[in-house]
Amino acid sequence: MTKELLTVSIYTENFIGLLNRVTAIFTKRHVNIESITASKSEIENVHRYTIVVYESKILIEKIVKQLEKQIDVIAAFYHTEVQTVHQEIALYKLQVEHAYKTDFKSVITENNATILEIEKEFIVVEKMGTKAQTDKLYNELKSFGLMQFVRSGRVAITKKKMKVSNILNIEN
Amino acid sequence: MEIQEQKKMEKITQKILQISGAEAVIKSLLAENVDLIYGYPGGAIMPIYDKLYLYSAQLKHILTRHEQGATHAAQGFSRVTGKTGVVFATSGPGATNLITGIADAQIDSTPMVCITGQVSSHLLGTDAFQETDIVSISTPITKWNYQITKAKEIPEILAKAFYIANSGRPGPVLIDITKDAQFEMLDFNYKKCTNIRSYTATPKIEESKIKAAAQLINNAKKPFVVMGQGVLLGEAEQELKAFIEKANIPTATTALGLSGLESNHNLYVGMVGMHGNYAPNIMTNECDVLIAIGMRFDDRVTGDLSRYAKQAKIIHFEIDPAEIDKNVKTDVAVLGNVKETLAVIMPFIAKKTHSEWNKKFKDLYKIEYETVIKNQLYPTKKGLTMGEVLENINKETKGEAIIVSDVGQHQMFACRYAKFNKTRSKVTSGGLGTMGFALPAAIGAKMGMPNREVIAIIGDGGYQMTIQELGTIFQTKVPVKIVVLNNSFLGMVRQWQELFFDKRYASTEMVNPNFIKIAEGYDIKARKVEQREDLQVAIKEMVASKESYFLEVIIEKEDNIFPMIPTGSSVSEIRLK
Repeated sequence: MTKELLTVSIYTENFIGLLNRVTAIFTKRHVNIESITASKSEIENVHRYTIVVYESKILIEKIVKQLEKQIDVIAAFYHTEVQTVHQEIALYKLQVEHAYKTDFKSVITENNATILEIEKEFIVVEKMGTKAQTDKLYNELKSFGLMQFVRSGRVAITKKKMKVSNILNIEN
Repeated sequence: MEIQEQKKMEKITQKILQISGAEAVIKSLLAENVDLIYGYPGGAIMPIYDKLYLYSAQLKHILTRHEQGATHAAQGFSRVTGKTGVVFATSGPGATNLITGIADAQIDSTPMVCITGQVSSHLLGTDAFQETDIVSISTPITKWNYQITKAKEIPEILAKAFYIANSGRPGPVLIDITKDAQFEMLDFNYKKCTNIRSYTATPKIEESKIKAAAQLINNAKKPFVVMGQGVLLGEAEQELKAFIEKANIPTATTALGLSGLESNHNLYVGMVGMHGNYAPNIMTNECDVLIAIGMRFDDRVTGDLSRYAKQAKIIHFEIDPAEIDKNVKTDVAVLGNVKETLAVIMPFIAKKTHSEWNKKFKDLYKIEYETVIKNQLYPTKKGLTMGEVLENINKETKGEAIIVSDVGQHQMFACRYAKFNKTRSKVTSGGLGTMGFALPAAIGAKMGMPNREVIAIIGDGGYQMTIQELGTIFQTKVPVKIVVLNNSFLGMVRQWQELFFDKRYASTEMVNPNFIKIAEGYDIKARKVEQREDLQVAIKEMVASKESYFLEVIIEKEDNIFPMIPTGSSVSEIRLK
């Protein structure tokens, strides 16, 4: 069973403790969560979790069924890398003295990153993209006095319809 | 002035119409036709118990001696009636003591609603006295759970709780209610829940699947049915019988499916699984179409999955979509309540005889009878066997009793040898394998079916795990019959030590107390049998007793349960000795 990066999208009611119930399904199968984000969805009062895992499709298919079985989960899906459009955001805090070097500027431009803020002692760079892209910038910025690094979980839009509104009998 | 007065009066009347959260809990239970609760009071649930006191004529509360006992009693009650078992417990240790029973109900699909008291909402998360986060703790083992902090949520949440617990694939629900919500006043208006937008209780039947399944069944030369508890939960016993009789399909049950088809039915071929019957296990790997009905291919049923029914097409009738392809890859999955799907498929099923195929099961039974069964039921050796105890019980009850068993060797003997004429007659902890289950479950079963004989078969190990529930029998006078099969060992573990750990009997020998004296302390008639010639008389006396009765039978110490499929072996590698 080959493992790959899979994006699990879960539409849920907005109840306290539900995230716990959702992650417990992964825990039960000894599956590590690479990243997780929670937000509102395109449907009013419906929440959406985006969970990225490195696992086999066979196992994730079973997990998706277990997720859907939960009372307050409206629907759950999983998609491969090519089936989604996805992004992550990364922030890099660097020592300010590097900001004026020319090679620093070219790193920023080449990587399509933006400078978010310049303060007396530090500068904050923002990069939106895939994990590979933010990792690349991470490696390139290491020599510029990287003080802090943080990356968000993946947000992903699927190319195919997920038919959640059908389940809820609403238009969307 | 007058208007002001009127408004004031309106406010007062409104207040009068309001009830407390605690009373709302009781009224919600009454609205759900609950008449029996098992539980144990304590600080955080006292307001509810206080209201329960007022409603004691309509709502009977059974005080068990431990909260775990309350859950198993509720399970026993539910397993024989199909109704939702209800449990009360307080916060903290009261709530955590429910966990084993909740986990058991979850894995064995038993409808149960547990209501726990919780510390007041302003204390939540402060490590207050008797505070535990029971919602988080119970999350992976409940079908649903919820914490109520406002009284006004009570009617709606309890309605949801009962709907969820006993619809679709049933299961346990835990509702945690803070103490302040129990005191708070609300306008009580109860509406039964019939729909939750994010929850499909029973999947829609797909006609194409019905037809595909029928085609496979009609073309089968060697069809084989394995039915599970889904048939009982779906009340589909008649539909199942009509189905198997039309196509003359040999039918086995899982441990939890026992009694769903009467033991003397000519198509009944026994139990599948690790200690099941020889024929159905062997034939699992011989059949050409395996029809699984309301069962979930537990590892104790399948043995080595990579060598399980590989030659057969698999049809899975199932209510829970998450069970499809979970363990065994199906060729046709027929989703829905088996009561409906079996009815829908009937017109498409062709009449068949399959007499050659059926005969093969009978031939294999003969082998099992000669090698195993005969020696168990009619032993020639000195020591008493568990099988002969069951056989004597069969003789006295004629298959009419409800047999509740605990977990271990005696459980497998009970599953193998007890005879059943009626459905919902076998109550045991199947999935979780909870020792200590039987005594409290038998109490619940007897209360659920007071007109039926209820006999608990328990080992000397499991008996001592919930022995305190003798106190519940003493107080309620519930006429449960208790048979302890005492071999002074944790027999199943000892058997494994003998077979797979070179007889290193690590911590399995039990030095037991005087069980007779203990029973007598609770005013329960008690008798101990050590000789074969006393057995039948003792069982006769027990069955005849109108009151509770305790029978201890001293069993041959190192007897084993066979047949057996060792872990990792295929069903066709079942050992007869």
